[in-house]
Amino acid sequence: MSGLLELENAHARLGGVEILKGASFVVRPGEVVALCGPNGAGKSTAVRAALGLTPLTQGTARLGDHEARRLSERQRGERAAYLPQDRSIAWNLPAVEVAALGAPFLTGEAALERARAALDEVGVGHLVDRGVADMSGGERARVLLARALTVPAPLLVADEPIAGLDPDAQLLVLERLRARADAGRGVLVSLHDLSLAARFADRVVVLDQGRTTAEGAPTEALSPSILKTVFNLDAVWLEALDGPWLAARRLSPHG
Amino acid sequence: MTGATRLNIGLGLALVAALGVAVTLGETAFSAGQYAEALSDPASGPGEVLWLVRAPRAVCALLVGAALGLAGAVMQGLLRNPLAEPGVLGVSATSALAAATAIVLGLAAIPGAVESAALFGAAVGGGLLIALAARVRAPEALILFGVALSSFAGALTALIFNLSPSPIASAEVMNWLLGSVENRSWVDVAWVAPALLIAALLARAAAPGLRMLTLGEEAARASGLSMGRMRVLALAAASLAAGAAVAVAGVIGFVGLAAPHLVRAAVRGDPGRLLAPSALAGGLMLVLADLMARMLPTDQELKLGVFTALVGAPLFALIAWRAAREWRL
Repeated sequence: MSGLLELENAHARLGGVEILKGASFVVRPGEVVALCGPNGAGKSTAVRAALGLTPLTQGTARLGDHEARRLSERQRGERAAYLPQDRSIAWNLPAVEVAALGAPFLTGEAALERARAALDEVGVGHLVDRGVADMSGGERARVLLARALTVPAPLLVADEPIAGLDPDAQLLVLERLRARADAGRGVLVSLHDLSLAARFADRVVVLDQGRTTAEGAPTEALSPSILKTVFNLDAVWLEALDGPWLAARRLSPHG
Repeated sequence: MTGATRLNIGLGLALVAALGVAVTLGETAFSAGQYAEALSDPASGPGEVLWLVRAPRAVCALLVGAALGLAGAVMQGLLRNPLAEPGVLGVSATSALAAATAIVLGLAAIPGAVESAALFGAAVGGGLLIALAARVRAPEALILFGVALSSFAGALTALIFNLSPSPIASAEVMNWLLGSVENRSWVDVAWVAPALLIAALLARAAAPGLRMLTLGEEAARASGLSMGRMRVLALAAASLAAGAAVAVAGVIGFVGLAAPHLVRAAVRGDPGRLLAPSALAGGLMLVLADLMARMLPTDQELKLGVFTALVGAPLFALIAWRAAREWRL
């Protein structure tokens, strides 16, 4: 089956520094792909490159059957919903209007309808009319997730959507992404929590220093040797109540 | 009816009332009979005062205020910054520089020359900003460039004073730079009205993009809306509106900064829906400010630009104080 998103041997530079040096991954309909890697591995750049927002110096990025950089803004918006890491919202709009920004091509009422449903879905249905500046960080993160869920696109790309959230909210966000995939859409999500990645993703892509170094079923891609060389962890996978769980300790400083 | 529609209608009615007062009141008090004469015969003495002196002046104040309010709302939305105003990107300064040059060159006697020069200056400033915005996306970079442009144009204007051979020309430029709608005629209205209309249409086309930009540059770029097109529309609208205001009234501060803040809470912060009420509020502010400026019993009539800054600055501090709690600056 062809991919909704395909990054192949991507190289990219930011401010003169080569951030991506051979990143590759595919996201197909119906699957959650977790993008994992230490800080500075190039996850956010890879996500942006895959969407055609960062130019490549080598390799290709495709969204559906088109090269990402050749798409018009509208075509890109129709192919992928993007939830960036940055959660700042410039003005104090009510939650429902922020969520409705996910569907800029629908009429006002239809977009608001979808937005209300999405806010309900992420558990902030009671806050539809609350200004986003009057919310907690966790509530705002959910409103922004609702915005991404409102986008009528076959692919959802979320860059560290659970960073800074409480455990309950982390599980809720990942459950919603999982549900999207189970409903036939594709999901690419970058995550630092490897246990949650293993529980919610169909496949894990490990990025290290701008390169894809492992890819496959979660506990295979995150094998003890990868955990050691890429993440500097002495770790084993345990079987817990609801899936694999990583027991890990730090290795002594490199070398 | 939405809250924004109600707000616009309310502001519109207040504007009509303010215009009525501005045409009725003046230095020369009329009797009831004279008002009746003015209404029945516009060519009579009182009629000329009302329809050829006070009315065009009040309408000019309205249009200039509306242009500044619109430009301010567009700038604040585009830069995602509540401190932005038409002057911040230097367009007012390039416009003023071009107008000052025209005055010093003795072109003020030619009808429309100063106005055309001001619009030309705004077009040059706006064009530079649009060219820059096509290459850099960070609003901070645009602001820094605008500050540089503003300082440079300001320095060149100062250089005109410095090198001007005639103190009379200098005084004329100074007088014009202070900002005023005194002695403006229907010809001036005819200058500013079409420019404001075009700016409003451009701004309206930019509105969905400005709203999307609330989410930040990255999310907006992947939203499906063209942010590049939006930036060009927004910068063109703000430059044209600011240039039209400078062309007719010189440099008037604070209206562009304060008008969006007066109405922001009423549209729940939406930068797209803010445009119309901000323009209406700017118009209302300037009609009232001009009315007060000419009714104050001073020997020399207060210049509108001086008056708006004198009243506007403390008022704005108050607005900022209250708004800071509203959106937690």
